[in-house]
Amino acid sequence: MAVLVVADHDNSALKDNTHKVVTAALAISGDVDVLVAGTNTAALAGEAAKIAGVRKVLTAESAELGQGLAEAFQDVVAGLMGGYDAVLTPATTQGKNFSPRVAAKLDVAQISDVIEVVDANTFVRPIYAGNALETVQSSDAKKVLTVRPTAFKAAAEGGSASVESVSAPAAPAKSRFVDQQIVKSARPDLGAAKIVVSGGRAMGSAEEFQAVIEPLADKLGAAVGASRAAVDAGYAPNDYQVGQTGKVVAPELYVAIGISGAIQHLAGMKDSKVIVAINKDPDAPIFQVADYGLVADYKAAVPELMSALAAAGK
Amino acid sequence: MKVLVPVKRVIDYNVKARVKADQTGVDLANVKMSMNPFCEIAVEEAVRLKEKGVATEIVAVSVGPAQAQETLRTALAMGADRAILIQTDQDLEPLAVAKVLKAVVAEESPELVLMGKQAIDGDNNATGQMLAALLDWPQAAFASEVVVEGGKAKVTREVDGGLQTLDVDLPAVVTADLRLNEPRYASLPNIMKAKKKPLDVKELSSLGVDTAAKLKVLKVTEPPKRSAGVKVETAADLVSNLKTAGVL
Repeated sequence: MAVLVVADHDNSALKDNTHKVVTAALAISGDVDVLVAGTNTAALAGEAAKIAGVRKVLTAESAELGQGLAEAFQDVVAGLMGGYDAVLTPATTQGKNFSPRVAAKLDVAQISDVIEVVDANTFVRPIYAGNALETVQSSDAKKVLTVRPTAFKAAAEGGSASVESVSAPAAPAKSRFVDQQIVKSARPDLGAAKIVVSGGRAMGSAEEFQAVIEPLADKLGAAVGASRAAVDAGYAPNDYQVGQTGKVVAPELYVAIGISGAIQHLAGMKDSKVIVAINKDPDAPIFQVADYGLVADYKAAVPELMSALAAAGK
Repeated sequence: MKVLVPVKRVIDYNVKARVKADQTGVDLANVKMSMNPFCEIAVEEAVRLKEKGVATEIVAVSVGPAQAQETLRTALAMGADRAILIQTDQDLEPLAVAKVLKAVVAEESPELVLMGKQAIDGDNNATGQMLAALLDWPQAAFASEVVVEGGKAKVTREVDGGLQTLDVDLPAVVTADLRLNEPRYASLPNIMKAKKKPLDVKELSSLGVDTAAKLKVLKVTEPPKRSAGVKVETAADLVSNLKTAGVL
């Protein structure tokens, strides 16, 4: 059986999510091909071809694919599924956008947010905001999965797959890209960072969030996250949101500052290796999952932490 | 313009789901149920479109057990004009729900289907996209702003890294993200009025849709528990602990 992985990229660089989903795909089958759909695919395909274990890289190039239009992705992916038994897509907003369309076109179930491949037909996924894990067995001839990248290790480099191009379907007439506003950041990508520093409602303002959370993140070389409360209050942009409805992260170190720890937030970070909580409320639920808890007002604790880090040579 | 709003009855978002001891599922006996929060946002957006004079009729639809009538009454109290319950005791997968909704769309011919981006029980985030594919309609998923004019919808979407704006021809499927709006509370007079609004109940079997399950749930388990942590006294203690743990 052969498996297709849809690459995650921003038209300029391949994202690490692609490597992680390749690992999940290799657990299903040894024959893993990667589809790079978008613009600038020749360079991206070169990167994908280097992932160890990849058999072949397919490229599909069009402006609509570059803009991420779900209808265009549906057509190209569903069109390739004659030759594949499964398609795996990273559970990013882009993957979540088009993958169910592919499943519906193939008349099969989608298995969303897979965190473990048990065998070629059996998968584990979180439900109820991560409060339960469901093991499902598919009876469909073709499987359509979205994969939670943070649950898998990135496949190594060192492959030398062949590259071939496939035709991109005609432009979808019913939807058009207007524009986008992408938040520019020099910090590591939230989904892939080794350390994440997150702030919550306790920050009180966007200025305070920037003054407290961002310098600490920079000192640690960390990505910045936020709770939904902080995002809704306008303290942080919404793509910082960690949680059931935002991003799911699993860094080595997650530092939650002024975050109470609602179940929707925990769903997005409780698989982090080490969790640190700084909160002045000793009864905050975040302390139930924190490996190290500091009961203190962040206003005093964060500057102390900064100087302790400096003293420790950071 | 007619707007169809699918809504789902789910465990209340404040309730911590508990896994049954026999691993067959999550225990929903005597648990508070409510309208899925994303569905509330979709209803609210439909009502706002009606208040702007864009929408003329809002039809709320739910696929589920008899108790889902309460969820539909909530939608009616928020401002939907009428409701349809496709009644079934089966727990349907997203594809089956999308097929049922396609049959409802064929009967109702809405120009816009406005629904939540995901239900907080199954966390699938698939039904809206599947419905759009089955209808061959364009979609705008994870909407944080919707402007309808001239047979089109201009939708701002929440994507990884920021926001994206799309222009979609109607009819279309739009799924609501958290920041689309703040849903209103139903006032007592509106709750009373909602009891008199029409609510049709149809049996799922009357639609002739294939809703057979494609996935078999082998077991539902609790996620691994984290071991209890320690409280530290000072920031310096914290840093030395983190160094020992090897994460700094």
